[in-house]
Amino acid sequence: MTGDHQTLALLLFSAFVAVTLFITTWVGRARQGSAEEFYAGGRLFSPMENGFAIAGDYMSAASFLGISGLIALFGYDGMLYSVGFLVAWLVVLLFVAELVRNCGRFTLADVVAARMAERPVRTALGASSVTVSVLYLVAQMVGAGSLVALLLGGTSDAARSWTVVGVGALMVIYVSFGGMRATTWIQIVKAVLLMAGAVALTVLVLARFHGDVNALLDAAAQRSGHGKDFLAPGLRYGGDWTSRLDFISLGVALVLGTAGLPHILSRFYTVPTARAARHSVVWSIGLIGGFYLMTIVLGFGAAALVGSAEVRASNASGNTAIPLLALDLGGGEGSTGGTVLFAVVAAIAFATILAVVAGITLASSASVAHDLYASLRRPGRRKYGEVAVARVAAVGIGVVAIGLGLLAQNLNVAFLVGLAFALAASANLPALLYALFWRRFTTRGAVWAVYGGLVPAVVLVLVSPVVSGGPTSLFPDVDFQLFPLENPGLVSIPLGFLAGWLGTVTSPEPPDEAKHAETEVRALTGAGAA
Amino acid sequence: MEKEAGPVTAEARPDGPWDEVPAPGRGERDGAGVGVAPRTAGAERTAPRAAEIYRDVHDSPAFREVRRRYRRFVFPAAIAFLLWYLAYVVAATTAPGLMARPVAGAVNVAMAAGLGQFLTTFLLTWAYARHARLRRDRAALELRWDTQEMTRGAVR
Repeated sequence: MTGDHQTLALLLFSAFVAVTLFITTWVGRARQGSAEEFYAGGRLFSPMENGFAIAGDYMSAASFLGISGLIALFGYDGMLYSVGFLVAWLVVLLFVAELVRNCGRFTLADVVAARMAERPVRTALGASSVTVSVLYLVAQMVGAGSLVALLLGGTSDAARSWTVVGVGALMVIYVSFGGMRATTWIQIVKAVLLMAGAVALTVLVLARFHGDVNALLDAAAQRSGHGKDFLAPGLRYGGDWTSRLDFISLGVALVLGTAGLPHILSRFYTVPTARAARHSVVWSIGLIGGFYLMTIVLGFGAAALVGSAEVRASNASGNTAIPLLALDLGGGEGSTGGTVLFAVVAAIAFATILAVVAGITLASSASVAHDLYASLRRPGRRKYGEVAVARVAAVGIGVVAIGLGLLAQNLNVAFLVGLAFALAASANLPALLYALFWRRFTTRGAVWAVYGGLVPAVVLVLVSPVVSGGPTSLFPDVDFQLFPLENPGLVSIPLGFLAGWLGTVTSPEPPDEAKHAETEVRALTGAGAA
Repeated sequence: MEKEAGPVTAEARPDGPWDEVPAPGRGERDGAGVGVAPRTAGAERTAPRAAEIYRDVHDSPAFREVRRRYRRFVFPAAIAFLLWYLAYVVAATTAPGLMARPVAGAVNVAMAAGLGQFLTTFLLTWAYARHARLRRDRAALELRWDTQEMTRGAVR
């Protein structure tokens, strides 16, 4: 990585930061904080704008760099991620988007708590939402740190740490000054940049093979060193039964987790109606699907043009496959074209991380202020404005995420994201689906569903090979590993659903039929929607 | 809740290629408002509670029809795509031999199945959006106005 790359990449990245800061101040001018404005951006975004923003929120650096890198290294097995990340959107489209838009105001807890005793349900869902968000945030921060180390040269720990701190500080500024409106525009800008970058690289890859996908795949298989096996499953997850189960667990977590991610759910409140929420999901499925199709081409392209061995030599987990591919497509090391493309890709990757981080910070600050503060505040104590609390919460969450991000610098980014998905699917999804579709669901059921998914998921991770007992663990020197799988989803998601059912059937209180009727009518018609 | 007016105007304005006029002759329009009327009828009656209104709407044939249409599409579709996805994931990890079988050129069964997942996702998205637009939106909207009209004077 020569000085030219760094300078240009830094310039482009500074331009992005400047533009987004300008957006933040521009949309934040003279809009002093109603909660409606801060959490939901005034609710008047168009479906297309929101579709781009959702895509921007969802396509993290893990998708752009991680998946293509996995494909470049392991061929077909990396592609399974693309499929899982996309199919998950059907759950959102069919069950969640419209109904959540109709029933809630700002957060996930709004939807569930409407039918229940508000305080315990809000506390539970607020806690689980913050946990999921913080994990997801840590993943992004770790990604930012390693990206800087890799792309801007200087793998020194100090450079990494300062990047993590800088990214965290920036996002806190975005969120606390601009609220949802600024965050949404940042997502839109980022999504456009990311799509444009991916399209440009894909066209260049295909042009290199004269549009012949077959030739691309053959070349990839040949240069990978695995031959035809490169195009079939099994290179990464084909080992023993534990690794196969682990993969199925990850697959289940991916497909069910998206519908429980707080920062995705809160995006549906930025449009005026449920119909607009549906249309924004249609837009985002188009964008996300197109993007993941392109990551497949880029991944195989990197294997064919750069070579798996070279990718692995640059970064063991493949995160630099796309930048290396850009360098090659632009004309190779030292050429002007290569330098420019490389810098552009690096800047896009930064923009991606920043935007995702801003989106998650906003959603978790909403959970803290709207759910936790509102339900845990002692009556009689002085009541602060919700938006003020949310701004402070954004700072607090930023500090926590920066701290954890610094601690977890050596954890794998894709793994952390998979874990956040597993937590979301175990703790948030059962309560949400039961509340929307089950007549007899009670307060106890809701609380049990949340903790019954959250606690097993967290505990199983703590006793998994990720934390201890293996060479790649967080604490390789101690061994308290009891659970063989890295991803807890296969066990903890069913436990969440089971706990919700158990809590409901053992509940002494009868279900509130009138509230259920109201929820159902509101969910499906939009009557009385905020 | 504070902004009752915003959604109303936005709902009325066509905002995308999905908003074509529903096919004529489906008859949702007439069916929708009818079953929900009783509570508004008696002028002497004291204002009903909002909970009762929601209960009545919930029990009305018009609402049941909307719910039935929603569920009849969503549940089978969800079972189908989840099974298809699970089969794909499980096959990828347990039957690599089958998945490696070539189909055309460098494309094998696994590759074709993966692209098939993309294709079915796009298709189902399109089918759902179309179903909702043609079969549900209008009836749901009428119910929404009726319900909001009735709850306007209601005691909370």
